[in-house]
Amino acid sequence: MSTRASHHQVTTGLNETRWMIIKDRLGRGWYKFRRNPISLVGGVMVLLCVFLAIFAPYVTPYPKHAGAFTDFQNAFQAPSKSHWLGTDALGCDVFTRIIFGSRISLMLTAVVLGISVPVGVFLGLISGYMGGKTETVIMRVTDVFLSLPALVMALAICAAFTPSIDKAMLAVASIWWTWHCRLVNGITRSIKTEEFVQASKVLGASPLRIIFKDILPNCASPVIVKITLDAGFVILVGAGLSFLGLGAQPPAEDLGTMISFGAKYLPERWWMTVFPSLAIFFIILGFNLLGDGLRDVLAVEEGV
Amino acid sequence: MSEPVLKVENLVKYFPVRSGLLHKIVAHVKAVDKVSFDVQKGEIFGLIGESGSGKSTVAKTIVQIYNPTSGMIYFKGQNLSKLTKQTIGRFRREVQMVFQDPKSSLNPRRSVMSILEDPLIIHGIGKSRVERKRIIHTLLGQVEMPSRYMYKYPSALSGGERQRIAIARALAVNPSFLVLDEPTSALDVSVQAKLINLFLRLKKELALSYLFITHNLSLVRTIAARAGVMYLGKIYELGTMEMLFSHPVHPYTKTLIAATPVVSKEEERVKPREMSKEGEIPSPVNPPSGCAFHPRCSIAESRCSQELPSPVKVGPGHLVWCHRAEELAVRAEELVVLE
Repeated sequence: MSTRASHHQVTTGLNETRWMIIKDRLGRGWYKFRRNPISLVGGVMVLLCVFLAIFAPYVTPYPKHAGAFTDFQNAFQAPSKSHWLGTDALGCDVFTRIIFGSRISLMLTAVVLGISVPVGVFLGLISGYMGGKTETVIMRVTDVFLSLPALVMALAICAAFTPSIDKAMLAVASIWWTWHCRLVNGITRSIKTEEFVQASKVLGASPLRIIFKDILPNCASPVIVKITLDAGFVILVGAGLSFLGLGAQPPAEDLGTMISFGAKYLPERWWMTVFPSLAIFFIILGFNLLGDGLRDVLAVEEGV
Repeated sequence: MSEPVLKVENLVKYFPVRSGLLHKIVAHVKAVDKVSFDVQKGEIFGLIGESGSGKSTVAKTIVQIYNPTSGMIYFKGQNLSKLTKQTIGRFRREVQMVFQDPKSSLNPRRSVMSILEDPLIIHGIGKSRVERKRIIHTLLGQVEMPSRYMYKYPSALSGGERQRIAIARALAVNPSFLVLDEPTSALDVSVQAKLINLFLRLKKELALSYLFITHNLSLVRTIAARAGVMYLGKIYELGTMEMLFSHPVHPYTKTLIAATPVVSKEEERVKPREMSKEGEIPSPVNPPSGCAFHPRCSIAESRCSQELPSPVKVGPGHLVWCHRAEELAVRAEELVVLE
C-alpha cells in the first residue's frame, strides 16, 4: 500500500511541474509579445475586427442596412452624426455595411486558409520526406501554380463559373496551398537529415510517425507566421475579385463590391470608397503586424 | 571463443557523388571500405580514428540507418541484410545507438516525456499512459536524472543532461547492445568523466555490450577491451588495448599514440618516437593508391603506394595491415625487452 501511495504522490507532483513548465513557456512568450508594442497593436486590431464581425448585429447602428435594403430618401448622405461614415447610393449606412462586410472578408480568409494550409502542409511534408519521383511530381505541379499570379488564376476560375463568393473562396484556396507546400517542403528537406530523425529511425518509428511527430512540430512556427501574414493577402485577393465583380455579388455587403460601386461616384461622394478601403487597410495592417510579432515570439521559444 | 554478439565482415559503404543537371554519379565517397571486426558479449570494443575516417558510417550502417554497399553484418548470428518487416522490430529492440551531439539528436520541439515515450509506444511497451510514465520515471533514474525533468524541453537542459536523455531513450527498449558514436566528445571534460562512469555502470547492471567509437585514445584505453584503428574507411590495426598501447605496430597507430598527451615520465618513455605527422587525412573520394596511409608514413617504401597491405598477425588477436608489419613487430618486441 505504501509504495502505491508514494507513486501517487510522485505522479501528482509531476503534474504540478508540468503545469508550471507550460505556464512558464506561455508566460515567456507573452512577455516577449508584450514587449513588442507593434505586435500588440496588431493583435488588438485583429481582435477588434473579429469582435466587431462576430457581434455585427449588436454593435452597428443600422443592422437592417446590411444585405438587400433601400432607402432612396437618405441616399448619398455625407458623414454626419446619424450616419458616421455617410450613406451609399441605396441609402444604406456605410459604417454598418463595412462592419458586416468584414464578416465576409474574415470568413473568406478562414475558409481559404482552412482548406489550403492543411493541403499544402501535408503535400509539403510528403514530398519533402519521400523525395524522388513523388517529390518531383508534387513540386513541379506546385511550380506551375506558383508561376501564375494568384489573382489571375482566381479570375480565370471565377470567370469560368457563375461568380459567387463560394467560387471565389474555392478559387483562391486552389492556388494558395502551393505557398505552404513550398515552405514546408523546404523545411522538411532540411529537418529529415537531422540526427533526431535518424534516432527515430533507429528506434523503429514508421515514416508517418517521423513525419507527424518529428518533422511537423518543427514546421509549426514558420507555418503559423505565414498564416497570419497570408490572412491579409487573402483578404486583398478576395476584395480584388469582388471589385472586379467576380466575388461576392450584390446586395451582399462585401468591401470590394462597396469600393467598386462607390468608385462611380468619385470624387464628390468619396466616403463610399474611402472608408471601405480604409477598413481593408486596417484589417491587413493588423494581420501583418500580428504576424511580425508572432515571428519574434516563436523564434524565442525555439530557444538555443 | 564463443559466438560474437556482433560480427562485421568486409563491410563496404560508398556514397555516390552526384553532379550536373541529370544528377549523374561522378564518383563515390568511399566512407567504409572492407571493414571487419567482431564484438564479444559483454565487451567494449573501441573504434578509433580521426575525423573523416568512416567511424560514424560504420555505426550508422550497423544500426541500419544506411544500407551497406556490400559486406555482411551479423547480430547474434542473424544476417542483418536478411531482416524482414517482422524481424526488424526485434533487432531494433536489441540494438540502439547514442549519437555524438545530443543537441541535434533530440528533437527541440518535443518534451523529454514525449521523446522517451516514443520508443515505448512504437514497441508496445507499457499499455497505458500511467504505466509508460512509470517506466520513464525508472529510465530517468537509470541515467541519474530527476523525474521532474520529464516535462522539460531539450533547450532547457545542459549538454550532459541532454546526452543522458539520449541514453535513456536508447535504453527504453531494453537493448542488449549499444552503438556509442563519440557520445562524450561534444561535452565538457568534467561531464565526460561522469558519463563514462554511467556507461560503465549501465553495462554492468544491464549486461550490455558496447561498440564505442571515439577519437579520444586515453578514453578508449581506460574502458575498452579491444579496439580497431581506422584510417580512410579501413581498419589498419586491431588488437587488445594492451597490445595496441604497449606494442603498437602500425605507423598510424604510433602517430595517434604519440599525439596523446601523457602525465608521467614512465608513460612518456613507452611512447613511440617515430611519428609521421605531415598532412591532413586525404579525401575519401579519391584515396591514395595502395596503403592509404603511405603519403603520411615516414617509413613508406615503393610497394606501399602500389599494393594494398594484407593483414599480418603479430600477436594473439593482434592484426596489422602494413607491408612492413613483421619488421616493425620485431622492433616493438625489442622495445619491450629494453624496458
